[in-house]
Amino acid sequence: MSEGRIRVLIAKPGLDGHDRGAKVLARAMRDAGFEVIYSGLRQTPEQIVSAAVQEDVDVIGLSILSGAHNHLFPRILELLEEADAEDILVIAGGVIPEEDIAGLEDLGVSRVFTPGTSTSDAIDFIRERIGA
Amino acid sequence: MFDDKKMREIEECRKRWEDGPLAKTINRFPEMKEEFKTLSGTPVDRTYTPEHIADMDYARDLGFPGEFPFTRGAQPTMYRGRLWTMRQYAGFGSAEESNQRYKYLLEQGQTGLSVAFDLPTQIGYDSDEPISAGEVGKVGVAIDSVRDVATLFDDIPLDKVSTSMTINAPAAILLAMYIAVGEQGGHGPGALSGTIQNDILKEYVARGTYIFPPEPSMRLITDIFAYCSEKMPSFNTISISGYHMREAGCTAAQEVGFTLANAIAYVDAAVQAGLEVDAFAPRLSFFFAAQSDLLEEVAKFRAARRLWARIMRERYGASDKSARLRFHTQTAGCTLTAQQPDNNIVRVTLQALAAVLGGTQSLHTNSRDEALALPTEDSVRIALRTQQIIAHESGVAETVDPLAGSFYVERMTDQVEEAAREYIRAVDERGGAPAAIEDGYIQRQIQESAYDHQKAVESNERVVVGVNRHRTEEKPDWEILRVDPAIEQRQREKLEKLRATRDNARVETTLEDLSKASAGEDNLMPVILEAVRAEATLGEITGAMRSVFGEYTAPIVL
Repeated sequence: MSEGRIRVLIAKPGLDGHDRGAKVLARAMRDAGFEVIYSGLRQTPEQIVSAAVQEDVDVIGLSILSGAHNHLFPRILELLEEADAEDILVIAGGVIPEEDIAGLEDLGVSRVFTPGTSTSDAIDFIRERIGA
Repeated sequence: MFDDKKMREIEECRKRWEDGPLAKTINRFPEMKEEFKTLSGTPVDRTYTPEHIADMDYARDLGFPGEFPFTRGAQPTMYRGRLWTMRQYAGFGSAEESNQRYKYLLEQGQTGLSVAFDLPTQIGYDSDEPISAGEVGKVGVAIDSVRDVATLFDDIPLDKVSTSMTINAPAAILLAMYIAVGEQGGHGPGALSGTIQNDILKEYVARGTYIFPPEPSMRLITDIFAYCSEKMPSFNTISISGYHMREAGCTAAQEVGFTLANAIAYVDAAVQAGLEVDAFAPRLSFFFAAQSDLLEEVAKFRAARRLWARIMRERYGASDKSARLRFHTQTAGCTLTAQQPDNNIVRVTLQALAAVLGGTQSLHTNSRDEALALPTEDSVRIALRTQQIIAHESGVAETVDPLAGSFYVERMTDQVEEAAREYIRAVDERGGAPAAIEDGYIQRQIQESAYDHQKAVESNERVVVGVNRHRTEEKPDWEILRVDPAIEQRQREKLEKLRATRDNARVETTLEDLSKASAGEDNLMPVILEAVRAEATLGEITGAMRSVFGEYTAPIVL
């Protein structure tokens, strides 16, 4: 993994249409030298996992502001496990209440970034974990 | 505004000041920055003088409130006659819960309703469809049929309270449901007042709740214009929205430019469909954001009014009534910080003040906790009180357009208008708004601005209190509102009951009629209304149109 550029899938699960954060982060990651694929809106967990596997990404960044994270994220993690792709680092951002974060991290989300996070924090976190 | 002799005097005065007191001060105490800029990036001069507005012609460029070009206001007396409508966007969970929240808001002195729908409703799915799982009742109220709408407005007099509905792709269906519920209460469509957002173009650009491709979507919109111009004279048939593009990151001038470019596309479509511009244009309404740069925002609202008036006269020879821009404002959700949430009350106050100084017709003030979750009742009350304090205590509502004549605000008004015109020209060159959206031009412009802003915040060039300066470490134990997860199950049960108790043969017939009509050219509103009266669900009605119109696939613009 560390030999090539870090590959990231930025994905919008569910019906949420807010993509400012997703797109800004995607741009910042590109500028930081990552290869970034943006899923577009309204992706089902199945679509996200299949894109991640097909594109052989190192990281999935889930962006959600609709409040459906507790429903959608567990499904995504479950599908990753089924696809033997648990090595993919999963991070998330958006409007996610503090009290939900521990639960999501227990399921396998490595880090939940809340509003106000700088893009460099997310980028540094990925570099630290992936080590490129 | 000033004769040549006076202008020369001013120029001399300025030079003397620059060479004397100013130079001396700067020598001893340099200014904090090389360049000062508005939030949108427009350079700001040290001070503004009549020289900045030397070309201004009072009668031509400002005029009087309620008169062309409406720079000073949409209405002659503005808030001296009637305060703006205090309209808090609300809705969550079930129709029952939302109905309670509306009654609470009305009791607290709110003067109009504004309905937030959940995402399945906005995208035309019933609560029991698999794609809706996890989203039911989350960002707004779940509506599946006319029965839910009846519950939503239970005990609310629809002939007295005006209702704004943030609904776009399925706007015709929700409008039909509202009409049907009005009828049940003994009020014909003509007695109803309110607004449907019905602005599909900005959904493609920035908000994301599209269903159908542009062509049938534009047809649905012009069908609504035609239907309402005949039957619903007090209903705003569309709320052409810059808000979501601004929230997606664009500048003040882009907000005005792209919103008016979309508006031009709607007027063109309606004119092409054979409607007289003055028959529908007076019911067009607009929706803007109130961002944090107070004076730039005031200028933006004034510039939007003037530019729209000029466009309507220049392009369509429209009447003054058609050229008058009326708008709703919401404070900027993207400025709310999760850090130190109480600070958001102050941000919202300043933004709301900009909207009032800019002459808004109605206003939603955000709640302090919305970067965390849906707002609690306490937070919503403070947000509403913010408007009431501005209205009754600040004094700014006592006179019309109080900042007119400020050299800075007038100059900025000119600049926003000019820059917005440039964006409209760029959109025109690409063949109009639908084409400019399809090729990604508008999205790219917005994304560039959003990225520039983010970089400015991360480099500390732009200060956000509590985020990149004046941080505190403690994490408050914040009480947040949670939507009861049982709502999904309850909606499912309601749907089961509906399907068991309605006349399903009638539902079938009306849905077939709708499919046929969708493939033809007749106005779809009456056909949709029949399906609604037969208690067809939102998902079924949308489905009948989906089967004919197909679905929109958004280009990925990054």
